Amino acid sequence: MTLLDVDIEFRYRPSRGSDHPSRESPTIACRWQDPVGDPRVTVFLGASGSGKTTVLRCLAGLERPQRGHVAFGDLVWFNAAQGVHLPPDRRDVGMLFQDYALFPHLTIEQNVAFGARHMSRNVVMERIAELLDVFRLRGLERRVPRQLSGGQQQRVALARAVFRRPKLLLLDEPLSALDRPTGEEVREELRALIHALAIPTYIVSHDRSDALTLADRTVLFDEGRILQSGTTQEVFDEPATPAAARLVGVDTILLGQITAVDNGLARIVVGGQEIRAEAPAPAGHEAALCIRAEDVAIARHDVVDSSVMNQWRAVVRSEMPEGPFVRVGLDCGFRLSALVTRDGWQRLALKPGDAAWAIVKAATIRALPRN
Amino acid sequence: MDWIAVKLTVQLAALTTLILAIVGLPLAYWLATTKRRWRPVVDAAVAVPLLLPPTVLGFYFLMSTGPNTMAGRLYERVFDGTLPFSFAGILIASVLYNLPFAVRPFASGFAAVDRRLIEAARCLGASGPHTFLRVVLPLSWPAVLAGLVLAFAHTVGEFGVVLMVGGNIPGITRTISLAIYDDVQALDYAAANEASALLLIFAVIVLMATYSLQRRTLSL
Repeated sequence: MTLLDVDIEFRYRPSRGSDHPSRESPTIACRWQDPVGDPRVTVFLGASGSGKTTVLRCLAGLERPQRGHVAFGDLVWFNAAQGVHLPPDRRDVGMLFQDYALFPHLTIEQNVAFGARHMSRNVVMERIAELLDVFRLRGLERRVPRQLSGGQQQRVALARAVFRRPKLLLLDEPLSALDRPTGEEVREELRALIHALAIPTYIVSHDRSDALTLADRTVLFDEGRILQSGTTQEVFDEPATPAAARLVGVDTILLGQITAVDNGLARIVVGGQEIRAEAPAPAGHEAALCIRAEDVAIARHDVVDSSVMNQWRAVVRSEMPEGPFVRVGLDCGFRLSALVTRDGWQRLALKPGDAAWAIVKAATIRALPRN
Repeated sequence: MDWIAVKLTVQLAALTTLILAIVGLPLAYWLATTKRRWRPVVDAAVAVPLLLPPTVLGFYFLMSTGPNTMAGRLYERVFDGTLPFSFAGILIASVLYNLPFAVRPFASGFAAVDRRLIEAARCLGASGPHTFLRVVLPLSWPAVLAGLVLAFAHTVGEFGVVLMVGGNIPGITRTISLAIYDDVQALDYAAANEASALLLIFAVIVLMATYSLQRRTLSL
């Protein structure tokens, strides 16, 4: 099990606007240790300007922090006190840039094989053939990058990044350069590829769907600091601070198992309850369910003669006024947040500890596939 | 036509261009990519000949390489000769004088290469020089070529520096522009006319080549 040991402090110099989008940049200070031995995906989740990309660039060796150290197993990648800073070409990492950074003067094949060095021609050709197959780039070998679609370009960039079988894969906002429907499709593909590659991967993203669909572990970034890190389930279930809660969203996010799919509608088991939603994947797979608080209704009794698919017994846990609404915390075997009008809530005359029913239309639940 | 002067001029320009390629490319790459604080100092030092009268550069060159200076004595010990009034002397002086004409186009060409591509190459295991050869140069060659052409052409037309440093010795330091000056002094307008026309045609061709290269850089 290799340990990635990071403890860095990075300040932007008042730049001449040369190389990095200079926003209002806080000092970035973060420290974590992470066993990266078994292939595993970590998502750095944060708003833009929160420092997550800079941390990724520090891992790659593209930025040099002012203080601290970065060690990958026995290898010291960076140590400010000892003046050690390995350049990117000596760190054995694969990096996917936000805009892919494909070499415009080289063909797809040449792009993919750019990292080939000290390899016999046969080995190079074999590796190219293998990657062209894995990344579905057959037939595009002789084209140049600008002739490819965004999704294809991303696959080329990823194939190029893994050509040398790096020990660590770093992806900077892999989906943000794509428009929405394409992004959803490519995310699916990316998920499959990352698991096929079996290389420990760090992904920078501002989109929590990325963390929900891709991440085993999630690290929350805010203003240059790590807010919270842990398994994706932990982080989304129990954000430790209000800032963390804002980042993961105050709505309910549930991770569960798809037990059956019928006519496109899935039964998903979460905390002993069965939830019905549009199937994001076949039975047997995991799914992440996003339920917006405003889509949850509360009733004293179960509703009969209605089209609603999801009705769960619940216990009222908390109530908190929010303008004309009340945010009600429910326990249905899982935590569920409901946003109801103040009038509606008063009519129910419920208080914390009381039993109730939570009602959610299946069509309002956003279901995402997970590995 | 003074063919000896023509040959000497071409030799001087070719060697100057060669040395500028060797010295100027790394220097320009450094200027285009460095984040060091004293970069403006180097920038300014390279650009000084743009504003400095050639006679001033020539004057300081003479002062610092004469037989009684440290550089002069060192050169004499190693090469058994003196820099002033020699071909080596005008070669070094013209390299210095032409530095901005080569380095500035190089540097602007390099600066126009997307930094992400350089970073991507480094992350793919390519060293700095390797990245330069496989990514930066292929993407900026029109600018590099334009710089070399400009430096060559500018050396061909040089007058002040060569006169100050080299005097006017036929076959050693007498270039075409000096020959034209001599012809005019001697009232030999026909010879001056021939050589001048040659230089004019040359200049027009070079400028056309440079502008078409620049267009190429933009569209790349």
